[in-house]
Amino acid sequence: MAVVFEKTKGLTDTPFHYCPGCTHGIIHRLVAEVMEELNVLDKAIGVAPVGCAVFAYEYFNCDMQEAAHGRAPAVATGIKRVHPDKVVFTYQGDGDLAAIGTAETVHAAARGENITVIFVNNAIYGMTGGQMAPTSLIGQQTLTTPYGRTPENNGYPVKMSEMLSTLQGAAYIERVSVYDVKHVRAAKKAIKNAFMAQIQKKGFSMIEVLSSCPTNWGVSPNEALQWIKTNMEPYYPLGVYKNTLEEVK
Amino acid sequence: MAKVLMKGNEALAEAAIQAGCRHYFGYPITPQNEVTAYMAKRMPEVGGVFLQAESEVSAINMVYGAAGAGARVLITSSSPGISLMQEGISYIAGAEIPCVIANIMRGGPGLGDIQAAQSDYFQATKGGGHGDYKLIVLAPSTIQEMADLVQEAFDIADEYRNPVMILGDGMLGQMMEPVDFDNIKKNESKIEKPWATTGVGSRGHRNIINSLYLDPPVLEQHNYKIFKKYEKAQSKEKRYEMISCEDADVILVAYGTIARVAKNVMEIARREGKKVGLIRPISLWPFPEEPFEKTADKVKAYLTVEMSMGQMVEDVERAVKFKKPVHFYGRPGGMVPEPAAILNEIEKIYGGVK
Amino acid sequence: MKQVIFNEDLCKGCELCKEACPVHIIEMDFSRINIKGYHPATIKPENMEKCISCGFCATMCPDTVITVIK
Repeated sequence: MAVVFEKTKGLTDTPFHYCPGCTHGIIHRLVAEVMEELNVLDKAIGVAPVGCAVFAYEYFNCDMQEAAHGRAPAVATGIKRVHPDKVVFTYQGDGDLAAIGTAETVHAAARGENITVIFVNNAIYGMTGGQMAPTSLIGQQTLTTPYGRTPENNGYPVKMSEMLSTLQGAAYIERVSVYDVKHVRAAKKAIKNAFMAQIQKKGFSMIEVLSSCPTNWGVSPNEALQWIKTNMEPYYPLGVYKNTLEEVK
Repeated sequence: MAKVLMKGNEALAEAAIQAGCRHYFGYPITPQNEVTAYMAKRMPEVGGVFLQAESEVSAINMVYGAAGAGARVLITSSSPGISLMQEGISYIAGAEIPCVIANIMRGGPGLGDIQAAQSDYFQATKGGGHGDYKLIVLAPSTIQEMADLVQEAFDIADEYRNPVMILGDGMLGQMMEPVDFDNIKKNESKIEKPWATTGVGSRGHRNIINSLYLDPPVLEQHNYKIFKKYEKAQSKEKRYEMISCEDADVILVAYGTIARVAKNVMEIARREGKKVGLIRPISLWPFPEEPFEKTADKVKAYLTVEMSMGQMVEDVERAVKFKKPVHFYGRPGGMVPEPAAILNEIEKIYGGVK
Repeated sequence: MKQVIFNEDLCKGCELCKEACPVHIIEMDFSRINIKGYHPATIKPENMEKCISCGFCATMCPDTVITVIK
């Protein structure tokens, strides 16, 4: 008898509050599994965002700080500068990281802060009921773009992985998704690489995960996963945008 | 070590270093730029961290993270920068994190000017950020006092797990006076921080730094818990100075830089035969009522002098409880009230006093 | 012995596991609801032998409902 899959020790016993089929659940688990496998749970300090994942401090089995909206990379910088030998990560949505927190995100990367950022991009603001995000697609209907996003009014969606990869302080940047098993496994490898970049003291690492929001997209969970593949992936190509790791396992 | 002739901003920074502060996050803004320059040079000398953030918004959040992880952290700015920090300060108070924030005030509102003012009194003592919380606010009047109060601020912050503000101004920041660093009163007992996020390690349980309590009864209790600390501060942390008040007809009330001018005015008035005294609040929150309770029966009137349109005067009125008239003279926008003008106000009061 | 254990009270009926299973043995049990009010995912005992222990179901589950034993 062998265990093929069991719940990681990187997650607490608190059940997730996320909507049915929300990919936050998968991504939390991958981050937790990576931290357990790298044996860093006892020296990890995570920073939770404002957004659907605001309760992340209840779920990750390590020390946690709750940050103000968008400020997680600054909070993480403060923690890492006090404890350079600990593993410091943030977990943020698209409003947190690419709207209100853009300056904090860009400058943490520019400074090459040795932190790991998990960027959950689902092209919409979930917690507050489905408003446009900086990453919402042209034509996408949201609560604040009821006629579909237009470039004339709201410009074009922001490609964070591409932008941050131009910064010398960025050590590892990869865009992944979780819409099927193959991509979930690849996402986990990417997250592991990002934490390795921190452990190897290479600089700033970020994994952008194309994610779903069945509730605010108005589709079923499985349809939402397909929506990522059909609509998001063409605009946000998956792949490694920056890699300064010594060796990729 | 002998006394050192130092600029206020630099004394503030050095005092923090001597108090054990090894992490400073800041952003340039006049008139406190000497702090960032000094810290940039001095922190590496003591193995500490100096980081110039991309904005005050970012800097105060770095303070949140670093102080939440157990470090003694200083952040300084001036009026508009302090406005930017209000969200962070509310979070720091709500999450019960200790830190020291210095506001080297300048003229406002808006972009204003870069000269000394005292128009952030309301912001410091009545709110600033959202929610029910208080900053313990200390106002130095000399460079030595600036150094002394910075040490006290760190000790008070750690004891109460609350942010403490040093309310200075551009003049104090820029002027130079001798400072004795050897004899600054310290709290020798080390305050442990078992609540800090240092990594679970062998601790056995997770530490969480947080101010989110979505259940109203829980948030209510959290507020009461925090305010119990403020009750304690009310009974322990009031500080003030009284000069020549026992027989005074008119008592000047002033803090910080303008208290120095008020003191000169008091001496000039005394030489002219007028019985003038001075009450100098040193803690602005909690505000010291005691000197007013002691003098309200005998005095004829109070004259509050501020470098603003009148902010502390409201707390003076509260403390005096309508027993005697409370007059106000001030100048906003970075202007400093002149001794002659203040004397004139005293004359006017005497004019109406039989 | 092959086992796929569903911690039913955590299941939110999202059907990601059902879609992921390559041998199509996961069903939502419409005959009952769990404590959250969802139809929980389940594998009928007679279908358990078709399980190939790939773990795809547990990999896609957002709520760590599933444990897979080979």
